[in-house]
Amino acid sequence: MSEQTDIRTSQPLGLAKRGYSGVIQRLAVADAASALAGHELESRLIELGFVEGARVEVLHEGIVGRDPIAVRVENVTIALRRREAMAIIVA
Amino acid sequence: MEAPLLHLALVGTPNSGKTSLFNALTGSRQKVANYPGVTVERKEGFFVTPAGRQVSLVDLPGTYSLRGRSPDEEITRDMVLGRTPGEAVPDLILCVADATNLRLTIRLLLELKNTGRPMMLVLNMFDIAARRGVSVDVPKLSEALGVPVVTSIAVRKGGIAELLRRTDEIAAQEQTPAGPNRWQPLTASQLRATQREADRIINSAVTLPAKPDTWTAQIDAVVLHPVAGLFILALILFLMFQAVFAWAQPLMELLSSAFDALGQFVHDTLPEGLLQSFLQNGVISGVGSVIVFLPQIIIIFLFILLLEDFGYMARAAFLMDRIMGGAGLHGRAFIPLLSSFACAIPGIMATRVIDNRRDRLTTILIAPLMTCSARIPVYTLIISAFIPDRDVWGWFNLRGLVLFGLYAAGITSALGVSFLVKFFMLRDYAPAPFMLELPDYKLPRLKSIAIGVYTRAKMFLQRAGTTIFSMMVLIWFLASFPTAPAGAEGPAINYSLAAIIGKAIEPLLAPLGFNWQIAVALIPGMAAREVAVAALGTVYAIEGGKEAADQIGHVLATKWSLATALSLLVWYIFAPQCASTLAVIRRETGGWRWMAVTFFYMLALAYLASLATYNIAVALGAG
Repeated sequence: MSEQTDIRTSQPLGLAKRGYSGVIQRLAVADAASALAGHELESRLIELGFVEGARVEVLHEGIVGRDPIAVRVENVTIALRRREAMAIIVA
Repeated sequence: MEAPLLHLALVGTPNSGKTSLFNALTGSRQKVANYPGVTVERKEGFFVTPAGRQVSLVDLPGTYSLRGRSPDEEITRDMVLGRTPGEAVPDLILCVADATNLRLTIRLLLELKNTGRPMMLVLNMFDIAARRGVSVDVPKLSEALGVPVVTSIAVRKGGIAELLRRTDEIAAQEQTPAGPNRWQPLTASQLRATQREADRIINSAVTLPAKPDTWTAQIDAVVLHPVAGLFILALILFLMFQAVFAWAQPLMELLSSAFDALGQFVHDTLPEGLLQSFLQNGVISGVGSVIVFLPQIIIIFLFILLLEDFGYMARAAFLMDRIMGGAGLHGRAFIPLLSSFACAIPGIMATRVIDNRRDRLTTILIAPLMTCSARIPVYTLIISAFIPDRDVWGWFNLRGLVLFGLYAAGITSALGVSFLVKFFMLRDYAPAPFMLELPDYKLPRLKSIAIGVYTRAKMFLQRAGTTIFSMMVLIWFLASFPTAPAGAEGPAINYSLAAIIGKAIEPLLAPLGFNWQIAVALIPGMAAREVAVAALGTVYAIEGGKEAADQIGHVLATKWSLATALSLLVWYIFAPQCASTLAVIRRETGGWRWMAVTFFYMLALAYLASLATYNIAVALGAG
């Protein structure tokens, strides 16, 4: 085993707990059960700054089902539901 | 020869401080209207540059891209591309960015560059950025972007001097030739590439502080806390209603007595006759009874604008999203529904922030069930006439409780209707996404708020001066003609057209306990709910038209049973008693269909609920 590699397993942002921070690996819009068509969801996520390489941190959670979440993306805070956040793969 | 009017357009992302810059540039020289065919607000303002050039500035709806996924965003796209019929192509686009938050705006600007229009980037709130440790190399940024960049502080005097100077320079260059329009909707991979390019440019020209805004983080730790946050939201709403009812009261009484005095003056000055009656009972009491609500309208808009400017509204939507989701509503519906407590019209217009059509429709359908301020005079009048002023369970006031109950009934029924719509009509559909930027908190800009409140107040007064005024003239006419035949018995109104109409409708409304006087008052009440109060006053021929509301109350208390009064209160919770709201629904939904749906479902609800209330009340001995 390599010594303390910092490689974390990737996961969807939609499953991240409050306080989680990581970097966006890719967008997987097919994984999210969103009402939006894949390309539309992808475009909107990018327009709000969710692109590969961006640093994200889960700042807040709602009261019902810990949903929606408030995510710091670089220096902008975006609120979104976990359902759509499933499309954002982070590590 | 005078130089032609210079056309400027403001473009920016939501929360970029566009509106405060617009207010700083144009002050109160603003015109608010709609774009033809759509109900997107068209805000235009005028100013003169230091060099004396006349400028028209259009504030375009905020957007993150030119894809145009809502009517608002389509307007922005079409205006920028010069595709809107009857609108001048902007000579210069001012792309506004919050200097503390450049990422998304720079991406938008790179997309805007493809349109070939001359453009300038305005780094607004530059003072806040500097205080937070954001440092921008302006010449370098300008070079990397290929457009002029100026800094501005919209809220400070002189903070827009550089912007004005550069505008003059660009105008003097006599037509920076517009390049060819190479704009096409971007694909996801192009968007991604643009965002990367934007990030690269920002990295080269902007130094960001290591830590985010601590103020925002500290406030959000409390305000977005799952439990404390909801408590604070409830507290803010409570304060808002308290303000609307309690703080507005002295001002309303002042206005009310001013109109009474004016009416009395007319009564004393003019000889008795038609003109005197027309001015005092028709014009002054009618219009006055509506203008009295100006303080309440001002207070509720003051709250809404303050919360919006502070950055709280987006947080409220965040907190309420899942809770409202249970009733089939979108988190963004919270703001429109909240505005509907002032008036359903701005509320329905505010549903434009919901970009999913079905979510938007549901919100529009239930917005008129929120207790708008125009119901307050009707409620207040009937409650003070019929509900005894006493305490229950120690500290609750019975009248206050009844009023609260009426509000609660409105909200509950709205949620119920929304749930039914979701369940039966729009069943096969997953909830639309909720994605919203939570902007950093900012101290509200008082001048900007003042201009916003002033614009709303002006719109309200215009409505009072036109629609309501003409309805009052009509009701006065109907109640006064034909005049009673010589030697007739009873009040003259019994012989008027109003009585004839009222008696014709009466059989329909009799099961609800309504008499013909109420039927007559409900008709002009369609123009505006509150007019019903004045109309009842006119119909009951109270001496002097409109004395204090108490006096109408006395008359009502002797003429109506408690069951009738309760039935009318319930009627007012539900009934589609507002032609303007219906007209707005037709415009916003683009057809008669949803207007008809709203009208008939509300009418049915009102009729059934009043029928039940009246019969139960009679059975309990209140008939």
